Amino acid sequence: MSMTMTQKILAAHAGLDKVEAGQLVLVDLDRVLGNDITSPVAIREFENIGGAKVYDKDKVTMVMDHFAPNKDIKAATQCKMCRDFCDKHEVTHFYDVGQMGIEHALLPEKGLVVPGDVVIGADSHTCTYGALGAFSTGVGSTDMACGMATGKAWFKVPSAIKFVLKGKLNKYVSGKDVILHIIGKIGVDGALYKSMEFTGEGVKALTIFDRLTISNMAIEAGAKNGIFEVDEETVRYVKERSNRDFPIYKADEDAIYDATYEIDLSTIKSTVAFPHLPENTKTFDEIGEIKIDQVVIGSCTNGQYKDLAEAAEIFKGRKVAKRVRAIIIPATQDIYMKAMENGLLKIFIEAGCIVSTPTCGPCLGGYMGILAAGERAVATTNRNFVGRMGHVDSEVYLASPTVAAASAITGYISDPLEVMA
Amino acid sequence: MTFNGKAIKYGDNVDTDVIIPARYLNTIDKKELASHCMEDIDKEFVNKVREGDVMVAGYNFGCGSSREHAPIAIKASGISLVIARSFARIFYRNSINIGLAILECDEAVDGISEGDQVEADLDNGVIYNRTTGKSFKTQPFPPFIQKIITNGGLVASIQKGDVK
Repeated sequence: MSMTMTQKILAAHAGLDKVEAGQLVLVDLDRVLGNDITSPVAIREFENIGGAKVYDKDKVTMVMDHFAPNKDIKAATQCKMCRDFCDKHEVTHFYDVGQMGIEHALLPEKGLVVPGDVVIGADSHTCTYGALGAFSTGVGSTDMACGMATGKAWFKVPSAIKFVLKGKLNKYVSGKDVILHIIGKIGVDGALYKSMEFTGEGVKALTIFDRLTISNMAIEAGAKNGIFEVDEETVRYVKERSNRDFPIYKADEDAIYDATYEIDLSTIKSTVAFPHLPENTKTFDEIGEIKIDQVVIGSCTNGQYKDLAEAAEIFKGRKVAKRVRAIIIPATQDIYMKAMENGLLKIFIEAGCIVSTPTCGPCLGGYMGILAAGERAVATTNRNFVGRMGHVDSEVYLASPTVAAASAITGYISDPLEVMA
Repeated sequence: MTFNGKAIKYGDNVDTDVIIPARYLNTIDKKELASHCMEDIDKEFVNKVREGDVMVAGYNFGCGSSREHAPIAIKASGISLVIARSFARIFYRNSINIGLAILECDEAVDGISEGDQVEADLDNGVIYNRTTGKSFKTQPFPPFIQKIITNGGLVASIQKGDVK
């Protein structure tokens, strides 16, 4: 019986030779993650279990990123609850203001995930680590609590959709355009309960950061996980950050997929998802003149150094349009430092952008860039639901860092090719 | 296990951001979360919902964020059961884990309108629309899921020794 890459990882972690789609398995967890809004609920449930201890203080991980630095007294109280819990249980990987970054950029950067790992996180974008060839998926706080206590979680083994990539991306087009293109094609529940597996010679032409963006938004197609085949680039990225040995899993040649899509990366154009669903995608031949009020470049989807560098290329020597607020959020302290050392922050500030400390803030309408009624934002974030970034009558347009930067310059949703022409 | 209440109906792709907007996620207080439940798509929800009511919706209910605050807010608002055409997977898991009854049934979604009186018998897998007199077949809940829901969630079931 042949298996997909995801099935092989789950089988190995369940102590089984083989598994098949639909089978329920209990698997060992390599990492259990939570943030400052999901962990408090998990801690309450963990304490309800009574006498529970964390299964491994090096594997439980908490990152204060959503409403941190604390946006108000209630948020401060929630972060304090997490801090006290991590102190009590001697949790090694607790990341607070000063060390923290946006969790899904921070964990890969710190080498906390390696290929073949099984990771659960009480955050839906935990699927990001599929880019490194790990099985990782979002869960709720109760699953996080039980995972912290037992080191195990049960799963229904998913079936899979295969995406065979070929060719390479054009200038100003990136992983964000690839995943928006795919979600536009299959819909917000197109991969519901399933794995998305990315393979083909085109994978090699994608940087790790493009892959992280693509896996990050697998959840926006309803997927359980979005996983990339491991190549030399994955191994290089991980070995620079972790001393752990890891097996490399590869799907069987004759593994069964529910559907297979071939995607020629060279045909993908800059893509924008219109309100209020990530599947409402358009390319610039279908986009008219849409005036905007705000641009956000950052988040777990597009807050990497590569994203900032691509935006900086467009901001360099240009000015943000009048009446547009441009907010740049490096995802981690290391990214922030590198952006500073390489002069990116100067380019952003000279252009009229602001640069924030790492936070999820505006992506989920928390703080640091909330929209008023009738306002529109172009954001490199991952969701454009009703009210996502503020007032219920505001609008979010999802796009790549280059589209976001180009739009900040013109004040309209703009194609970077035109701004740079 | 039976449920009885009037139907409150929504469409497709109801996401967890409208079920409980992130601006209220600075608390884990169930009553406070419930007081903002559905407010970004239905400001009247909190005024019209009564204990026992049944939420009925279309495809991909609960998509988006993994926030367990979403099923917690729905349950604490008084909703006893959610019937939809399909659910986003994290929301599905979270609902069972916190003891909110939830099931997929296309026919019931087609055959129930806003305000209809709905009764569900999940031992036998039947949903009744008492307003129209129609009934719909569904999968009965397996006993272990019924126990998790009756106990009020997975952790409560572990405490009682019903889940090992």
